[in-house]
Amino acid sequence: MVTEPLVGVLALQGDFLDHEAALQAHGLRTRQLRSAPDLVGIDALVLPGGESTTMLTLLGVEGLWGPLGEVLHTGLPVLATCAGMILLAERVENPSQRSYGLLPITVVRNGYGRQLHSGSFVLQSEVLPRGTTGTFIRAPRITAVGSDCTVLARRGDDPVLVQKGAVLAACFHPELQEDHPVTALFAAQVRARCGGAAVATTRAQALA
Amino acid sequence: MTEKHPIKQVPGFTAEELVSKIGFCAQLKGGVIMDVVNAEQARIAEEAGACAVMALERVPADIRKHGGVARASDPDMIVGIQKAVSIPVMAKVRIGHFVEAQMLEAMEVDCIDESEVLTPADEQFQIDKRVFKTPFVCGCRDLGEALRRIHEGAAMIRTKGEAGTGNVVEAVRHMRALMSQIRELRGMDDKQLEKKATELRVPCELVAWVAESQRLPVPNFSAGGIATPADAALMMQLGAQAVFVGSGIFKSGDPQKRARAIVRAVTHFEDPKVLIEVSKGLGEPMVGIDINTLPAHERLAGRGH
Repeated sequence: MVTEPLVGVLALQGDFLDHEAALQAHGLRTRQLRSAPDLVGIDALVLPGGESTTMLTLLGVEGLWGPLGEVLHTGLPVLATCAGMILLAERVENPSQRSYGLLPITVVRNGYGRQLHSGSFVLQSEVLPRGTTGTFIRAPRITAVGSDCTVLARRGDDPVLVQKGAVLAACFHPELQEDHPVTALFAAQVRARCGGAAVATTRAQALA
Repeated sequence: MTEKHPIKQVPGFTAEELVSKIGFCAQLKGGVIMDVVNAEQARIAEEAGACAVMALERVPADIRKHGGVARASDPDMIVGIQKAVSIPVMAKVRIGHFVEAQMLEAMEVDCIDESEVLTPADEQFQIDKRVFKTPFVCGCRDLGEALRRIHEGAAMIRTKGEAGTGNVVEAVRHMRALMSQIRELRGMDDKQLEKKATELRVPCELVAWVAESQRLPVPNFSAGGIATPADAALMMQLGAQAVFVGSGIFKSGDPQKRARAIVRAVTHFEDPKVLIEVSKGLGEPMVGIDINTLPAHERLAGRGH
């Protein structure tokens, strides 16, 4: 019996339920992460949108900052959107705040302005289907990208979807749209990376 | 398992409104929105982990105490709070007062609460929320009121509860009414749904949508009388996706500690062990009011229709 990969979705605050539904539509299993023991046995990770200050506060209070950092450094596939992307950035501005620094990017919080400036915008991309849109909600703006980080999509001149290794990060919210290509892209990366080995680990842990 | 996508087509909403207005409200899920009256309180709320603040001149408990006409806040005060924090800033307008709403939109407030806590400006019409780009949240006591507000363009619904009392009983009543009325729609045939829509004074397709999806088409939060971490967790277990806390925090003995406790309680709303931990040594809660001692004209939930 083949077990579907298990994606842990950080569930401290934010639209984690929408992410779970979007991933489940791709046949992946999901688990809500609220404390360190929840991290055991996950094959991939989603850091959802929400408020990054709320998530940072709770990561500290729950004693989750360290354990989550360890999991992030194992190189498992990660999808980070909006606030999730802010948590991974090397440098955060407006204001500056603590982050994991896993992605060599500089992000400016609410870099496109307040909610009045939120909306859907067409993305320019060589990897996503033509005409793909992204929903930007009080979105962070990427103002610098390191040389080892690939830009997969832009909104005008701004990078809005970037990848480094197994980490995929977006300024926008694929989970708000049905069948968004970024969700499909992440699901494919999870399946490719998880192959047999990771799934076998999960099963072994489930049996233990 | 294939679950239906949460944000699918909703009658009356354009695709753009769906993603940008409802999408904004969706980011607040699992969080606590706190009433604040100045920049200092806003900073305390943000540090405690609030996912947004509601800027207003007086918390509901004081509006109750002082009486008179309660209106939208001084723009200076709202701007001061916008400058003080990086999280979303919401503000209240009187029911039906679309000019107060136009002003808040021009100030780029992130979300507008057309609220029964302020003195209503229009007894016949609520604001046509469709013409605004800013998302609106509105209170409800039952499914009919929720759907009428959604039909007018509200992107988020909250229970009314009875604000400024520190008593959760009305919020519970409103959430239970809402959830049970949604369940009652299950299995109704077209004729019954049509009859229901007439009774609730909303388009049939909206009622049919709820009957099929078994939830509201917009995020469903709770407000009105939440004073403790256990109150917040209670509302979450009853089906709320986030909570508003008004007077409960800054009218208590130790606002900082209570704010943090309620934030954790909402994240771990199904874990009594965490709820015990966060409820210890919180100091004095706000003094509550027994709803039965409130004369009808002092009950805020009756405002709006």
